[in-house]
Amino acid sequence: MSSLKGKPDEDIKIGVYVCHCGHNIASTVNVEEVAQHAKGLENVSVARDYLYMCSSKGQNLIRQDIMQLGINRVVVAACSPRLYEQTFQNVLRESGLNPYLLQIANIREQCAWCHEHGPLATEKANRLVSGAIKRVIHHSSIEEQTVPIFPATLVIGGGIAGIQAALEIANSQQIVYLVEREPSIGGHMAQFDKTFPTLDCSACILTPKMNEVARSPYIRLMTYSEVVDVSGYVGNFTVKVRRKARYIDEDKCVGCGICIEKCPWSTDSEFDADLGLRKAVYTPFPQAIPNIPVIDRERCVYFLKGKCKACEKFCEAQAVNFQQEDLYIDLQVGAIIVATGYDVFDPTPISQYGYGNLPNVFTSLEFERLCSPSGPTAGQLKLADGREPKSLAVVHCVGSRDQNFNAYCSRVCCMHSLKYSHLFKEKTGGEVYQIYIDMRCAGKAYEEFYERVQGEHVNFIRGKLASITPDMSDSVDEEKLVLTCEDTLLGNIINVTVDMVVLGVALKPRSDSEKVAQILRLGRSRDGFFMERHPKLDPVATMSEGIFIVGCCQGPKDIPDTVAQASAAAARALAMVVRGKMDTGAITASIDENICSACKVCSALCPYGAIFFDETSNVSRVNRILCKGCNVCGAACPSGAISTRNFSETQILAEIEGVLV
Amino acid sequence: MSFEPKIVAFLCNWCSYAGADLAGVSRAKCAPNVMSIRLMCSGGLEPAFVLKAFKEGADGVLVCGCNLGDCHYIDGNYKTLMRMTLLKKLTRQLGIEEPRIRLQWVCASCAEDFVSAVNKITEDVRALGPYRQNKVEVGSGSAIS
Ligand SMILES: Cc1cc2nc3c(=O)[nH]c(=O)nc-3n(C[C@H](O)[C@H](O)[C@H](O)COP(=O)(O)OP(=O)(O)OC[C@H]3O[C@@H](n4cnc5c(N)ncnc54)[C@H](O)[C@@H]3O)c2cc1C
Ligand code: SF4
Ligand code: SF4
Ligand code: FES
Repeated sequence: MSSLKGKPDEDIKIGVYVCHCGHNIASTVNVEEVAQHAKGLENVSVARDYLYMCSSKGQNLIRQDIMQLGINRVVVAACSPRLYEQTFQNVLRESGLNPYLLQIANIREQCAWCHEHGPLATEKANRLVSGAIKRVIHHSSIEEQTVPIFPATLVIGGGIAGIQAALEIANSQQIVYLVEREPSIGGHMAQFDKTFPTLDCSACILTPKMNEVARSPYIRLMTYSEVVDVSGYVGNFTVKVRRKARYIDEDKCVGCGICIEKCPWSTDSEFDADLGLRKAVYTPFPQAIPNIPVIDRERCVYFLKGKCKACEKFCEAQAVNFQQEDLYIDLQVGAIIVATGYDVFDPTPISQYGYGNLPNVFTSLEFERLCSPSGPTAGQLKLADGREPKSLAVVHCVGSRDQNFNAYCSRVCCMHSLKYSHLFKEKTGGEVYQIYIDMRCAGKAYEEFYERVQGEHVNFIRGKLASITPDMSDSVDEEKLVLTCEDTLLGNIINVTVDMVVLGVALKPRSDSEKVAQILRLGRSRDGFFMERHPKLDPVATMSEGIFIVGCCQGPKDIPDTVAQASAAAARALAMVVRGKMDTGAITASIDENICSACKVCSALCPYGAIFFDETSNVSRVNRILCKGCNVCGAACPSGAISTRNFSETQILAEIEGVLV
Repeated sequence: MSFEPKIVAFLCNWCSYAGADLAGVSRAKCAPNVMSIRLMCSGGLEPAFVLKAFKEGADGVLVCGCNLGDCHYIDGNYKTLMRMTLLKKLTRQLGIEEPRIRLQWVCASCAEDFVSAVNKITEDVRALGPYRQNKVEVGSGSAIS
């Protein structure tokens, strides 16, 4: 590549093309005069004005001059480079010139259109053209960079987000590694009974997708596994995965479940939100994928006391293997999709709500398990004493929209709270109270769902809950709960007495999201969720090229939005993987190692971590794939060692000279 | 002939340049004294560019970037803000009057902010009169030759 600084040795022949843009420019600026002015300037071989430079005839003028007159730099004085720079770059490319040997002078938007007709407008156009001419002398060819993309994608997290993304990619016959921390994929959605707003049974819509994952020849599923390290960058990441010992040989296990049946030891089931029990060897739920149990080291009596091995005795497939060890494997992938989901807020710190002390106060996730036919009560709603509840209060915004905990709205709680009204009525026919601050039902068919629930004789109380206390009055012999809240519509304090309370708890960033962010070099927004590249225009990409975020790890959202985002990220990853390469910007910084004084000012400033320090040669270097060409480093380098391609100091200084002559 | 100031504006590509284009698209008229130079980010503005402009005969310099928080490169304009504060200290010492250098955030739909910044600096500089660089020798450093 020719040097970025100083004039190249070649004979510079500039062609200048001034556009009339019909009357758009010509009615304000004297375009003939501008062309005439350009003709007289150093290195200008030809200057023409034409009615429409962007038309095919106009483009041909440039092509011909390049071919016939040997023009090797081009200045187009026309509309904004934001509109047609690429068009004219293509003209150069097609004519055998490097596209970066072009400079546009914006004499339409930033001259003709914003000034009155007259000598001052023409003078300004002349100056802009002179600047472009002086600048283009210092332009040099830039190799457009592409990086090869290794044809495999990693998806981290096997909730509905990760499942959807993995399936989309696998359906295009591309390899996906799906790494899930738990023994089964499914995430939170597997824990739900019915899903709003349609009230489909959650398992009925999720299980087929989980089975599809298991069947797909393109998905390499690794459950009970974690990503522990990521190195490399877009196109070629090396990912270290820890496959935790299952103590069950995945190749031998036939999924008969006899080990689970025979295991004499039980413990709280995480999947059932600790409301039910599971064995020390277990699959979290009956439809688990893969249908291969895990021996929980922390609970297995053989591991704790050295005696038992009941499972081993009964396993006909001889799949139990207490000697198994954690495996570390390296994967090579071109793109990464992060789908690690959310945790639910633990309401214990809000002591006035009594969660943990009052046995009939549940969280939303616990209520999901109580409603589920595969849950700890086989879908029957029961109080601590075994009675069926006759009344329920659902409290919204617990830990959400609360400056003491999470300032944001968790977005799904109003809807799942309404869902609970319906489920409770369906199961018990009892009384329901919704205690809400604002009803937020924005989503397709959501408001309609709200209306449907309103029609089911539910009591809506607009207000903030102050406390939940046991009912102490003598008149009751059954245990009841009193909710004290301020009704903000009536403006008074009211008490509601019910059998059961569900707290609609916030969706929170995963407790280990800081660690995951570090491994993947992701940013986090103030609320702790992973940060997208652009909140509106690029909500799935991240500042780390080639890494995408989907589902609730990016922020609370419902299943439809999660699925849409997952498909979007899959399309992005596929676009890279299928093409096998990716263009990275041509405008990137470079460091002259003869000048660099090793101060490392640049690397500390680069927003993309694109500058690394080369210890052996004691200079800083730019990774062209990561660099986005902002020149923040160049502006700061005290030695003047950094130059950004197509925006070099020499080029800008020449342009300054040009506009001021 | 009356004095027509020559002013150089440095515009970041993503918001300010788009905002300035929009001024044209909406046919908002502004003073024809300001010549824009496009940078990728205002954070890429080298102090030498500003000094060079004065050395080459500019009477004023306008620097525009995205609104704080909107920089296309995350936080480049915070760096601009700090750099401009330092630079203004230097230029003051060099005898360049305060109003000759102006920093203005211009969002991509903020054509009016651009137009008023252009008109303001043009009027301010017109009132000050031409900048005579022989007042002080600037640009003896190698970077601004
Ligand atoms: C109580 C409740 C009820 C809801 N009801 C509905 C409803 O009816 N309808 C609706 O549309 N939405 C509902 N939602 C929202 C719904 O839960 C989410 O939209 C959806 O589950 C998000 O999916 P996800 O894949 O992003 O996250 P998750 O379901 O949390 O899945 C994330 C997966 O990643 C795994 N994981 C996490 N960290 C790692 C790691 N470091 N390495 C590997 N794997 C990891 C987890 O084990 C998990 O399997 C409800 C939410 C709550 C709290
Ligand atoms: S700022 Fe300049 S001199 Fe310092 S390390 Fe970076 S390139 Fe080298
Ligand atoms: S130009 Fe910007 S992105 Fe590139 S290395 Fe310099 S600071 Fe980093
Ligand atoms: S891109 Fe506009 S200030 Fe950085």
